[in-house]
Amino acid sequence: MLDFLSTVGRVIIAFLVATGRLVLFTANALFHLVTPPYFPRLILKQMIDIGYYSLPVVGLTTVFSGMVLALQSYTGFARFSAEGAVSAVVVLSMTRELGPVLAGLMVAGRIGAAMAAEIGTMRVTEQIDALVTLSTNPMKYLVVPRILAGLTMLPILVLVGDIIGVFGGYIISIYKLGFNPATYLTKTYNYLEFMDVFSGLVKAAVFGFIIALMGCYNGYNSKGGAQGVGAATTNAVVSSSILILIFNYIITELFFSR
Amino acid sequence: MTSAAPKIQLMNVHKRFGHKVVLDGLNLTVGKGESVVVIGGSGTGKSVMLKSVLGLLTPERGSIKIDGEEVIGLGLAARERVMMKFGMLFQGGALFDSLKVWENVAFGLIQGRKMERAKARDIAFEKLAQVGLTAEVGELSPAELSGGMQKRVGLARAIAASPEIIFFDEPTTGLDPIMADVINDLIIKCVKELGVSALSITHDMASARKIADRIAMIYKGKIIWDGPVADIDKAGNPYVDQFIHGRAEGPIKMEVKV
Ligand SMILES: Nc1ncnc2c1ncn2[C@@H]1O[C@H](COP(=O)(O)OP(=O)(O)OP(=O)(O)O)[C@@H](O)[C@H]1O
Ligand SMILES: [Mg+2]
Repeated sequence: MLDFLSTVGRVIIAFLVATGRLVLFTANALFHLVTPPYFPRLILKQMIDIGYYSLPVVGLTTVFSGMVLALQSYTGFARFSAEGAVSAVVVLSMTRELGPVLAGLMVAGRIGAAMAAEIGTMRVTEQIDALVTLSTNPMKYLVVPRILAGLTMLPILVLVGDIIGVFGGYIISIYKLGFNPATYLTKTYNYLEFMDVFSGLVKAAVFGFIIALMGCYNGYNSKGGAQGVGAATTNAVVSSSILILIFNYIITELFFSR
Repeated sequence: MTSAAPKIQLMNVHKRFGHKVVLDGLNLTVGKGESVVVIGGSGTGKSVMLKSVLGLLTPERGSIKIDGEEVIGLGLAARERVMMKFGMLFQGGALFDSLKVWENVAFGLIQGRKMERAKARDIAFEKLAQVGLTAEVGELSPAELSGGMQKRVGLARAIAASPEIIFFDEPTTGLDPIMADVINDLIIKCVKELGVSALSITHDMASARKIADRIAMIYKGKIIWDGPVADIDKAGNPYVDQFIHGRAEGPIKMEVKV
């Protein structure tokens, strides 16, 4: 019994320590986020990495999601003779939920992993120590550019993804389900409210922050050679994906529950 | 700050990892313009000692003074100011693999000292030439170099910003005997002509005898012998004798099973 209790205690303490470290790291990152100097070259490089090179992945996921949404809601709603709601379902699901969540998860896999691997390798090969001895703050040099890029690029990616997703739904609705293009577009436009898109973009910014933060945090604290870097990479992707789903709920609650 | 204060002074420094005691009351001073070499077995804490002075590791107890200023627990800005005095050659090189060789060497000048790129680039190539590397090498990435070349790039980076204090962690390991001697001469030149205070670690006794004004031997986390290089052969210390003659038998027991 005592054994069991001490195990539970150890797990709880380990969890609290890990949380505390993450909170400290986040506070430290936020402090450096708002204090100069900045490294414009590095910020630009990260923005291109996250924003530009993620476009194909995000485009593909959202276009197929839009198509599936149209198809599913059509066949589903046909049971209630409510086929007319397809355009509304597509545009609302896309902007509020699927755009940000799918883009977030895809980018977490693509970018979060790369960040953790790169920073983790720098940690275990003492490159981060070398930065310090060259009077360069690793938080400013490595972490801030990535977080800034995540914060700004994810909303842009999601906006593009929203448009592509709605377009995917449109294609299926017009060419497969036989909707009238003009009515479909008018309905799409009429149903859409500013808040739908805006909440999605807020989600995207938060997800971008989470992805970059978890990528950097896990890389920064990795130890023990190639194996440690591998573990950091896995942890970065898993933890940011879970956090994205949790925060997705929280933000939805904040925006839409009243 | 009195001029009499030694450049570096470690007093009663303790550092451990978990239960493993690495530094156990270490005392060492390096005077201005002096070259001190620390010798000692593998894993005795030589690199940990250097990292403690640089603030990359924080000792639990003791005092470390640079120019009479206590540096343990120094704040962010003060730490960066003190770092400006240092150049460090890491045992494993710790070159930034995302940058070209010359950008590595110029890093401290561009980021730390805000020098223009073009000017820093000229200095970088000059330093590369001093360690026997051509301009072509400067355009390569560190991954394309041999181990010995990487070591020399690390050396060029350490001396590039003309620091007051340079740490060399095994500067000649992995170099051929001729290149090792070129590097020895370079270190001597830094100390004699530029007035740099140097703290080096080496297993290479020929190099130690050549570059040192003073030699100190570390064993079990303490300095057990410290004296002018001329006295090393008549130190009358069995540990030192065993080490400099490289004998398997003696008071230092290697934990190996044969
Ligand atoms: N970050 C760390 N975490 C845990 N233990 C460490 C860490 N760094 C060093 N150690 C331990 O401290 C001891 C001293 O390491 P250090 O790197 O200073 O050895 P060294 O004297 O430089 O050896 P070598 O001559 O082989 O380079 C080693 O036993 C090592 O296992
Ligand atoms: Mg070492």
